Amino acid sequence: MEEGARNRQWRAPSIPEDPSRLAWGACFVGAATVAASWWVVDHLRGVMAVYDVQIASVDIGLLLFGVVTSVLLWPSVKAVQIAGRARAAAVAGDVVAARVQGAAARSWCLYTFGYAFAAVLCLAIGLFIVANDVSVGRTFFNLPLMRDTFRPILKAFWTNVYICVIAEVLVLVWGLAVAIARLLPGRPGQPIRMIATLYTDAFRGLPAIISIFLVGFGLPLAGIPIAKDLPLPMLAVIALTLTYGAYVAEVYRAGIQSIHWSQTAAARSLGLSYMQTMRFVVVPQAVRRIIPPLLNDFIGLQKDTALVNVIGAMDAFNQSKIIEANHFNLSPVTTVGILFVIFTVPQTRFVDRLLEREQRRTQAGG
Amino acid sequence: MPLVEMIDVGKQFGAHTVLKGLNLNVDEHQVVCLIGPSGCGKSTLLRCINGLEAIQAGEIRLHGDRVTGPGVDLNRLRRDVGIVFQSFNLFPHMSVIENVTLAPIRVLRMDRREAEEKAMTLLKRIGLEQKAREYPDRLSGGQQQRVAITRALAMEPMVLLLDEITSALDPELVSEVLNIVRDLAKEGMTMLLATHEMGFAREVASKVCFLYGGIVHEEGPPEKIFGAPSEERTRAFLKRIIEAGRL
Repeated sequence: MEEGARNRQWRAPSIPEDPSRLAWGACFVGAATVAASWWVVDHLRGVMAVYDVQIASVDIGLLLFGVVTSVLLWPSVKAVQIAGRARAAAVAGDVVAARVQGAAARSWCLYTFGYAFAAVLCLAIGLFIVANDVSVGRTFFNLPLMRDTFRPILKAFWTNVYICVIAEVLVLVWGLAVAIARLLPGRPGQPIRMIATLYTDAFRGLPAIISIFLVGFGLPLAGIPIAKDLPLPMLAVIALTLTYGAYVAEVYRAGIQSIHWSQTAAARSLGLSYMQTMRFVVVPQAVRRIIPPLLNDFIGLQKDTALVNVIGAMDAFNQSKIIEANHFNLSPVTTVGILFVIFTVPQTRFVDRLLEREQRRTQAGG
Repeated sequence: MPLVEMIDVGKQFGAHTVLKGLNLNVDEHQVVCLIGPSGCGKSTLLRCINGLEAIQAGEIRLHGDRVTGPGVDLNRLRRDVGIVFQSFNLFPHMSVIENVTLAPIRVLRMDRREAEEKAMTLLKRIGLEQKAREYPDRLSGGQQQRVAITRALAMEPMVLLLDEITSALDPELVSEVLNIVRDLAKEGMTMLLATHEMGFAREVASKVCFLYGGIVHEEGPPEKIFGAPSEERTRAFLKRIIEAGRL
C-alpha cells in the first residue's frame, strides 16, 4: 500500500487521565454533605423540642435521614481507593488497567455527587419548613390540626370523586360523539361538522371556572325544567362534561386521524359501512393510542372538581376552607392537596401497566 | 358476457391523469395479470373496480350491471369483489380469526360460530389454523399476507383483486403466498392481479395486460406477451425486467 493518506497512526488508545483530584473532590463533597445533614437533623430536633412536638415517627425519620446520608461517605472513599489503584497502574505502564480503574473511580465520584445533590435538596426543604421560627411548618403542616380535621375533609373529598367519576364516564361518550360529528364525511355532513367545531372552539376557550359558574347558577336561575332541581354536584358534572368533552373530542379526533387510511380501505373493501368501519376498526385502534393523553385530561378534570366551590358545592376544598377560616391555618388545605395527589398517582401507574400488557399481547417479540 | 367489463375508464387525481379511456374485460374463471412500469395505474385500476376510488369517465360493469356512478350500493358491491393489498392491512388489534370473521359476521350477518368454523376451515387450508388466536404483528409477512387472502376469501367473492401482494415480502416468503394464488387459479377463481412476478404471471395467467399511458397498451396470452410482444413499449419494459434478472 502506498504511504500517505492511508497510513495513519492509530489514535484511539489514549493515556487515561488521573482521577485522583476528582476523587478527593468527591470525598470532600460527601463529607460536607454528611456534616450538613447531621447539623440540620440536630437543628430540626432542637426546634421540635422547643415547640414540644413529640411525634415518634418524625423523630425516627430524621435520625434515619442522618444515617442514610452518612452512607454517602462510602462511595467517595471507594473512589479515592480506586483512584489510587488507577494511578499505580498508570505508573506501572499498564494503560488498560489504568483506564478500567479510572473509569470505576469516576463512576463512584458521580454516585457521590448525584446523591449528595439529592440530599442537599431534602435538607433545604427541611430548613424551609422550620425557617422563620417554624412559621412555614405551622402554616402548611400543622400536623395535629391536619390529623383532627382529616375525617370531615375526606368525607367532603367524596364529592370530588363522585363528580369526576360521573363526569369522566359522560366525557368519554360525549367526546367521542363530538369527534365523530367533526369527522362526518361529505357535503351533507358539513353543517354538523361546523356545529361540532364551533362547540369545541367555544368550550376549549371557556375557562372551566366560568363554565361551572354559568351552569351552576344559570340553569337553576333560568328555571330550566329538569336542570333547576338538580343538586349542585350534578350541575358541576354538566359543566365539567361540557368543558372536558371539548378537550377529549379533540384527543379522540387526533387518535382517529392517526389511524392509517389503509385500515379504512381494508375495512371498507370487505363491505363494512362507514360507521361499522369506525366502530370495529378505527375507533378501537384510536382509543388504544389516546389513552395516555386521555388520562392527562382526566387528571385535569379531577383537579378542576376543586373549582365547584365557586357555586358553593361542599367539596373537599370548600370544607377545608371553612376549617381554615375557623383555625386561621392553611394545613387542612394541604390535606386536600395531598388527597388529590394520592388520588391521581395510582391511575397513572395503572394505565402504564395496562398499556404495557396490551403491547405484550399484540406485538411481536413479547 | 364478461364478468368484469371496463369501458373507457378515466381516472384523475387532481391534474394528474392516471387512466385515460381504459378498456379491459375479465371473463369468469380467468386469471388476468396486469403488468407495467410503476405508476402506470395498476393499483388504481384495481381500487376503482371495488369502489375504493371513484372514476371520472367511462363505466365499470360487473355481470353486465353498472357498478360505477351515483346510486350504486358500494358496500354490497364489495361483498362480491374482494381485494388483497400489498401491505396486508390486517387489523392489528384483532386476532387472526377475528380478522377473518369480522366481515362475515358484521356484513353477511353470519352466526359467530358458523363464521368461525368456516374461517378455521380456510385457515387449515393455508396451514395457519394454529395461529388463529395470534395477533398479526406476531406473524411473518408471508403468514400475514396469507391471512389477508383468507380474510378476503371468507366473504366468498365472485372476483378477487390482488394488488402486488408479494411486493412487500422477503424473497423466501413469496412462494408460500403464490402457492395459494396458484391453488385458487386451479379452482377456477376469477382473479385480476397487478404483479411484478413475471415468472408467476407467465405461469398462471389466462391473459396478460401491459398497462402504459393510462390504457391497456397490449394484451394477449402470456406466451405472446412474454414471448413475442408486438409493441415497442412492451418490449422495452420486458427488456428492463430481464436486465434486472426478474424474468
